[in-house]
Amino acid sequence: MWRSSVRLWSVLAVAVAAVGCKPPAPAELVSGDAAKAVYVAPGQYDEFYAFLSGGFSGQVTVYALPSGRLLKTIPVFSQFPETGYGYNEETKPMLETTFGMIPWDDTHHAELSQTDAVPDGRWLFINGNNTPRVARIDLTRFETEEILQIPNAAGGHASPFTTGNSEYIVSATRFSVPIPNVDVPIASFKENFKGTLSFIKADVPGKMDIAFQLLMPGYNYDLGHAGKGPSDGWFFFTTYNTEQAYTKLELNASKNDKDYIAAVNWKLAEQCVKDGKAKAFPSRYAHNYLDPDSRMAKVEYGTSVKMLEPAACPGVVYLLPTPKSPHGVDIDPTGEYIVGGGKLATVIPVHSATKIKAAIAAKAFDGDIGGIPVLKYEATIGGEVQKPGLGPLHTEFDGKGNAYTTMFISSEVVKWKLGTWEVLDRAPTYYSPGHLMIPGGDSKKPWGKYLLAMNKITKDRYLPTGGELAQSAQLFDISGDKMKLLLDFPTQGEPHYAQALPASMIKDKQIKFFSLAKNTNPWVTRSEAEGSIERKGKAVHVKMIAIRSHFAPDNLEGVEVGDSVYFHLTNVEQDWDILHGFAVLGMTNAELILQPGETRTLLWVPRSPGVYPFYCTDFCSALHQEMQGYVRVSAPGAHVPLTANTSAKAKTQVGRLNAVPATPEHQHGAAGGR
Amino acid sequence: MTKRARLLMAIAAILPAAAAFWPLWEVRLGAPQYPEGLGMRIFAYTVKGIKPNDLDNINGLNHYIGMMPIHPDAIPELHYMPWILAALVAMGLLAAVVNSRRLVLAWLGVFATLSVVGLWDFWRWEYNYGHKLDMETAIIIIPGMSYQPPLIGSKQLLNFTATAWPGGAAVALGLAFVLATLVWWTSRQRRVAA
Repeated sequence: MWRSSVRLWSVLAVAVAAVGCKPPAPAELVSGDAAKAVYVAPGQYDEFYAFLSGGFSGQVTVYALPSGRLLKTIPVFSQFPETGYGYNEETKPMLETTFGMIPWDDTHHAELSQTDAVPDGRWLFINGNNTPRVARIDLTRFETEEILQIPNAAGGHASPFTTGNSEYIVSATRFSVPIPNVDVPIASFKENFKGTLSFIKADVPGKMDIAFQLLMPGYNYDLGHAGKGPSDGWFFFTTYNTEQAYTKLELNASKNDKDYIAAVNWKLAEQCVKDGKAKAFPSRYAHNYLDPDSRMAKVEYGTSVKMLEPAACPGVVYLLPTPKSPHGVDIDPTGEYIVGGGKLATVIPVHSATKIKAAIAAKAFDGDIGGIPVLKYEATIGGEVQKPGLGPLHTEFDGKGNAYTTMFISSEVVKWKLGTWEVLDRAPTYYSPGHLMIPGGDSKKPWGKYLLAMNKITKDRYLPTGGELAQSAQLFDISGDKMKLLLDFPTQGEPHYAQALPASMIKDKQIKFFSLAKNTNPWVTRSEAEGSIERKGKAVHVKMIAIRSHFAPDNLEGVEVGDSVYFHLTNVEQDWDILHGFAVLGMTNAELILQPGETRTLLWVPRSPGVYPFYCTDFCSALHQEMQGYVRVSAPGAHVPLTANTSAKAKTQVGRLNAVPATPEHQHGAAGGR
Repeated sequence: MTKRARLLMAIAAILPAAAAFWPLWEVRLGAPQYPEGLGMRIFAYTVKGIKPNDLDNINGLNHYIGMMPIHPDAIPELHYMPWILAALVAMGLLAAVVNSRRLVLAWLGVFATLSVVGLWDFWRWEYNYGHKLDMETAIIIIPGMSYQPPLIGSKQLLNFTATAWPGGAAVALGLAFVLATLVWWTSRQRRVAA
């Protein structure tokens, strides 16, 4: 969405630069000790884990701060040939939807689970924007373990923001669509198109489900955040296109002076649902869960959701008029201030939780929309930041009474004071920041030391790499009065939002390998002696182990052209960071990467007779290059006996590694005799 | 023997029971690829990895050099050592109960003999593991190279530094020996003085 409007913004930015004073040259902005502040010596650890959404990569990338080093890409909504995620039989179901298997999505907002409105390091949630879905990533494995599809929605953008104890995460539809989605003329938008705000039960792994959906007017729902403190029990969502345009939104959705922030009383909604005021609404959606013991994903389909209409639950939603197509809605650490980021506004409007409650009590309404009361702007507004810059989008907080807002058009981060609304500092960014992130900066207790701005335009920041450039993140030190630029580093895909937490919260909880004893995969092979090959019609199942530095069995015969060969590989290592890989010549599939103790299955359909080598693709040991084998493929009906031999060397190792010698004399005698 | 000497002897006699809880010996292995280290603890009755899978992982690595895998169940000493230690405890207690200085001396004699034989036996196992390699299945073959771990102290074995030192139970055994010797010695002096 941002890419398309880049040109317009750039033109505006040039205009701003022409009238304003010339921004300082980048080199002047970095003070002498910046290198020291971000240098993490070899062998030392960074202070924070930062989880950046991958945007159109569909994944999550994990960076270390302050060094800006990439630690890992966590595959979520996109197939990942690097590890076989979404290609192997165990993880293919993770990408199933009611539309079929989808190999890609667009991730936008990383959200850490919370306890008492503070990140707790249990999980990371991330949304799929194109085909609305939410995913849970387990932070002991850095792995996607659950994906829930959101029905009755299109464009899951305002997602997956969490309530203070991760009772719920939300997903609001960005596009309004006919609900249920049926064939109607696009011009019937006003009668037929609606929005939904979904509340997703999220606090138990494997049990993520739609708790209820709130049926809303046909606007675009953009971002959301849960209240806390005085705003606890409320959830706030920004809307735009309250004009209900369905063509040329760039122009037609920018006409109204004010759009709305929808304030949802989710505790009341919960009560109304409990009281049976929501209707069962037939809806089909997929729920995919990776069992931690078998490490196999399975799909279940939901058939109905509870749909709550605001009219059936009076007081569940109020609309707060907010200037000019607000984008971000960010709640300060105390929970009193609700900051709207009107991307075309000339001020930053800040609503007050206390005033909202008073306005509701006093019924300070300015009419209603479909039974949803609209509150008076003057009655809810706590203050406005004057002349903050151009294109305010997102705000985070340092926990010391300050707010930091990105200015997309004037390409800067602006620091301002809550309560007095005065601008304290501004720092240019390179270029055009979208979200910014302070570790814990949307929570009750920010770790207000660093600020990361995620920029949409990179241009000349790094060595050029053709027409497509990496996007750029910039790290600021915000511990002092003035923001200090420390570092910029290129990022993968398009990081929209990110969250971060102190490394100490999760680093010692990392699993080092999976227990072979607890592996419940039906195709697990725990020892070399258990390796096998069997035929079930056209399917051939091979059970094989991988250990330094061989596969067992490693010579397979009796496979015929057109068979579906399932290689069930188990890495029987029980040691940290000893991974193996597996690939077969000519396979039209991605490799397997096997973590210690896990079983993964690769499907291969050979198309012509011959002998096909396979090998270990992850350099595992000094004799990694010896870790290989062969599959003989015969013509259909050749009736070559099905055998799974191990090599002579592997065979003797089978005996040595698994058989317990009866006595040491025998042991020594045997050795001595050689 | 005085009451105090008998009490001390009883304590000395019970000390070898520490072997029920603590290891006799500890061997640790470090290598560039193993910053976290691998290791095993040798108890009177078994051999355990310091981390849950260390023993399997050590055996896995040893296969490269043709070293026999360490299977505690296949080491007979680990079956009868607990009984020997139990007998030692019983004999020491007996010496304290029947108040026999000669029995204390006998106990010390048995103890010393067992210690020497035990250490020699341990050394022999280490020697055999390090020298009697299965050349048929060895992958890394360096002529003349053997892999005997040290009895005490450190030694470089290819990329691994092996370090061995006595465990808690060995310290308790040493203490028991010193204590009993003291009991025997001081009792004699008292008698001479009387």
